[in-house]
Amino acid sequence: MNHYLLAMLGIVQRELMRFIHQRERFIAALVRPLLWLVVFAAGFRAALGLSIIPPYQTYITYEMYIVPGLIGMIQLFNGMQSSLSMVYDQEMGSMRVLLTAPLPRWYLLLCKLTASVMVSLLQIGTFLLVASLAGIDFAYGGLLQALPVLIITGIQLGSLGLVIASVVKQLENFAGVMNFVIFPMFFLSSALYPIWKMRESSDWLAILCQWNPFTHAVEAIRFAFHGQFNATALLIVVACTLVFFTTANWAYNPARRFRAGRTADA
Amino acid sequence: MEPSPTVAALDIRHVSFNYGKRQALDDVSISIAAGERVMLLGANGAGKSTLFSLICGLFAADSGSIAINGRQLLQGASALAPLGIVFQSQTLDLDLSVEQNLAYFCALHGIGRKTARQRIQRALQRLDLLDRRRHKVRTLNGGHRRRVEIARATLHEPGILLLDEPTVGLDIPTRTELISYIRALPETQGCAVLWATHLIDEIDDADRVLMLHEGRVQRDGQAMQSCSDAGVNDLSELMHQVMRP
Repeated sequence: MNHYLLAMLGIVQRELMRFIHQRERFIAALVRPLLWLVVFAAGFRAALGLSIIPPYQTYITYEMYIVPGLIGMIQLFNGMQSSLSMVYDQEMGSMRVLLTAPLPRWYLLLCKLTASVMVSLLQIGTFLLVASLAGIDFAYGGLLQALPVLIITGIQLGSLGLVIASVVKQLENFAGVMNFVIFPMFFLSSALYPIWKMRESSDWLAILCQWNPFTHAVEAIRFAFHGQFNATALLIVVACTLVFFTTANWAYNPARRFRAGRTADA
Repeated sequence: MEPSPTVAALDIRHVSFNYGKRQALDDVSISIAAGERVMLLGANGAGKSTLFSLICGLFAADSGSIAINGRQLLQGASALAPLGIVFQSQTLDLDLSVEQNLAYFCALHGIGRKTARQRIQRALQRLDLLDRRRHKVRTLNGGHRRRVEIARATLHEPGILLLDEPTVGLDIPTRTELISYIRALPETQGCAVLWATHLIDEIDDADRVLMLHEGRVQRDGQAMQSCSDAGVNDLSELMHQVMRP
């Protein structure tokens, strides 16, 4: 088998094994969106009225509206979890084994991303299965057609995680990442409420939502599950992916002076 | 990987590197022949780990060149293929078993599954780890973890093996056992060895010793010869002489 393919399979297998071994991580990844879907959605349903907006052609329940947002949330948190594990690997030293493999740095990072996307797909599949068993109304049949979009959004959010991992030097600093990256990205998006709803309360908040890459990831997922193609959202997702990945590749360049880990004892 | 007898296993020429204003390595040149064993002696902070980070491509040199088995590092990551490394700090995945750690390394080095299984079996046997192959690394003691790292570093049959203070923190019996295992590697595996240490008792009189101090190679030669050239009785005295301001 080709060296590149072997390495890709090896890295994906390692991430999946680690994910399976870390049961708490799996449970947390499942409970978080389910909590939103079952508990928060029940409360918000009464408070929020949703008008008919694309891709929907009729009135929908609030639960149905937020499922794509929660799928995006799974990928966002997984991307950050993956970057957290990279910082852990950097601290524990196992990152060096990866970075000293005789393969181009960009390819090794791509393998890490692919592994992270695989894990997120596993989480999404389980989440949708539990949601359907709980009787939540959603376009479950759209999973297959949404798969390519989920892969792209997974790579986009995973690349962002890589950039963050290259900047964050210690695990302790991840609380800051949660507060200043993940939560603002999630809440300032169309995951929980449509942007027009946000505009009703504040124009500038709506503008922030529109500039948020996560909004476009959620919209691309939302349209894909309903068999539609949101070209603008997808284009922005792809552009962001390229920017994040290029930045991550630059950040892990051995020649870069200020990369995390360039210390005298490295 | 078959080392070529005519090409140096490692060829470092005029390499310099700094951490901001601090010069960590200054015009370092080292050449190691295929199958040769070289001891890199230096106190803590002499630049040994930095040199290793440059050789394995974790950092890029500010100036100079590094070639492994005749291939310049600048030519691409594939130049790292003949390199085996045991880092000073442990680099195993604690949540995976011994076997899974080794299989992961084989995949990174493009070793097919069947060959990987055979090599893992052989390496575990050599280092007396067969009965622990399914143990999670987290459950192993320091000595066993070190053995796993040494086993891993030789799986792809490297042309040169870098060992960064591999025996630090180990108990005396494990240390003695590993020293004799590592010393035999050029004969048993046919690879060159660059062994960084600050422990003089790990060096034999006949060994070639490179003495690194403040980022510069201060001495390069056979241990006994270097001592007699400097007019001292042993390496300990030589080290003090080199380190004297």
